[in-house]
Amino acid sequence: MIIKTKKDIPSSEITSESSYKNRRQFLKQGANVAMGVGVTASGLLSPTASAQIMAPRSAAQLNLASKPEWLAQKMANTTPVPNSGPYTTNEMLTPYQDVTNYNNFYEYGTGKQDPSNNARNFQMEPWSVEITGEVNKPGIYTLEDILSPHTFEERIYRHRCVEAWSMVIPWIGFPLGDLISRFEPTGNARFVEFQTLVDNDRFPEQNSRFSTIDWPYQEALRMDEAMHPLTLIGVGVYNDILPAQNGAPLRLIVPWKYGIKGIKSIVRINFTSEMPNTSWNDISAREYGFYINVNPEVSHPRWSQATERRLPSGLFDRRIETQMFNGYAEEVAHLYAGMDLRVNH
Amino acid sequence: MKPELAIKPIVFILLLVPALYYFYAVYLALNGENILGPDPAQALSLATGEWSIRILVAALAITPLRYLLNMPQLWNYRRMVGLFGLFYVCLHLIVFLMFLLQWQWADIGREIVERPYITIGFAAFILLLPLGLTSFKAAQRKMGRNWKKLHRLVYAINILAVLHILWVVRSSYFDAVLYGSLVSICLGYRILRKYNPVVRKFVLLK
Repeated sequence: MIIKTKKDIPSSEITSESSYKNRRQFLKQGANVAMGVGVTASGLLSPTASAQIMAPRSAAQLNLASKPEWLAQKMANTTPVPNSGPYTTNEMLTPYQDVTNYNNFYEYGTGKQDPSNNARNFQMEPWSVEITGEVNKPGIYTLEDILSPHTFEERIYRHRCVEAWSMVIPWIGFPLGDLISRFEPTGNARFVEFQTLVDNDRFPEQNSRFSTIDWPYQEALRMDEAMHPLTLIGVGVYNDILPAQNGAPLRLIVPWKYGIKGIKSIVRINFTSEMPNTSWNDISAREYGFYINVNPEVSHPRWSQATERRLPSGLFDRRIETQMFNGYAEEVAHLYAGMDLRVNH
Repeated sequence: MKPELAIKPIVFILLLVPALYYFYAVYLALNGENILGPDPAQALSLATGEWSIRILVAALAITPLRYLLNMPQLWNYRRMVGLFGLFYVCLHLIVFLMFLLQWQWADIGREIVERPYITIGFAAFILLLPLGLTSFKAAQRKMGRNWKKLHRLVYAINILAVLHILWVVRSSYFDAVLYGSLVSICLGYRILRKYNPVVRKFVLLK
């Protein structure tokens, strides 16, 4: 684990009192927006986190849908991030401004700022998720059905994009495994497949003639990967619900895999016995395998994966070394024991 | 005063403005300020690449436009626009070496050899160098016919540049199709004009 020491922190990022107050102000505003529900106490209020916080912005600017009451209640009861262990890290958080304005969400466009610019007027409800395939309890579940039984947790994960940049993000979510268990997968369920919403109005790029992606966007996990306690269904970031551009209302978070595994705005979860297709593997199997585990030793054909730019990055900042399984090797390496990770990349 | 005398400096400044903006951004970065977003190295690489292809295509379009619009004065801008193309390609290469690879020479060698889109881009840069070096009037006079032959390398350079863009396609073919079409039109026009008597006649009548 790379732990940022004091001397690595540029002077511009050391907390000034005013930015700390801005942060408090922002949290207050966020709480007001969240129908008067208080914000959970959590490690986010540490000086390190507050050092990097953006100017206050309104919910509308952030493409935050208005929250239904039941969801606001659940957000308020989020379990704070633990002080140690794999569910947190001491690395500096990537500021909210960057987490929510530097996104790959190709349904909204190809540029990094297209998602935050094009995700206006996002309505969270009605939203439903279709559960199909090898389960005893298939069906169409409303967002409330899906989320209600679960206690939300805050976790700070490294997020490594296949494009060789990375962030550190305080997510809110719950283990995917807990959700899967509710549908009672059968013995034939060896893989779980996810699909993003298709909506030509909300997602302009789905109308593009030039897109390489065959919509809907699809991703998949092996069952043991899906049941791993690190794997989350994400519903929020930085103490609030996900902005549309980050995959509202629910998305996948698999911190030891490249970010493209983290499929957003999920509307279908399918359980199968056969390895499913995944969107990027369909586009270029040579570049993107089924697993796409973070691996500094296996280059993407177009660039090295040995190092990464930790964002926000200064123009003259050194790249940092990429860690095997994005630093989660201790937790997940056993899932791939005996596999040739060059072949199964 | 001829209008070109007034227009040419304006075109010069317009072509320089993007570079000045990015120089300013780098100057700010040296002082710890950032106006290029959270991933400035990537942003600079993308921006200098985009300006490179825009200007290379603009230089390639001058001859077809000169005939189609019957504006011989357009030729006065060819050298300047072409040299700006080389200038932005140099910036693009420097950004790649300095900010993305951070002068790790072992990596640089490996990247150029192992990554086809970088090999192609680098080849286009190498081919541009002799054109830049022979762009002044004395070289033009001294080389005579050979000057024209040498400078036909821009056709190959533009094709390499489009291949470079095609090879970095990820989620959209838009840029590849856009610049591929523009380069095809510019080169197709030259072929037609050379081999098709109807086009020649039509153009010469104008």
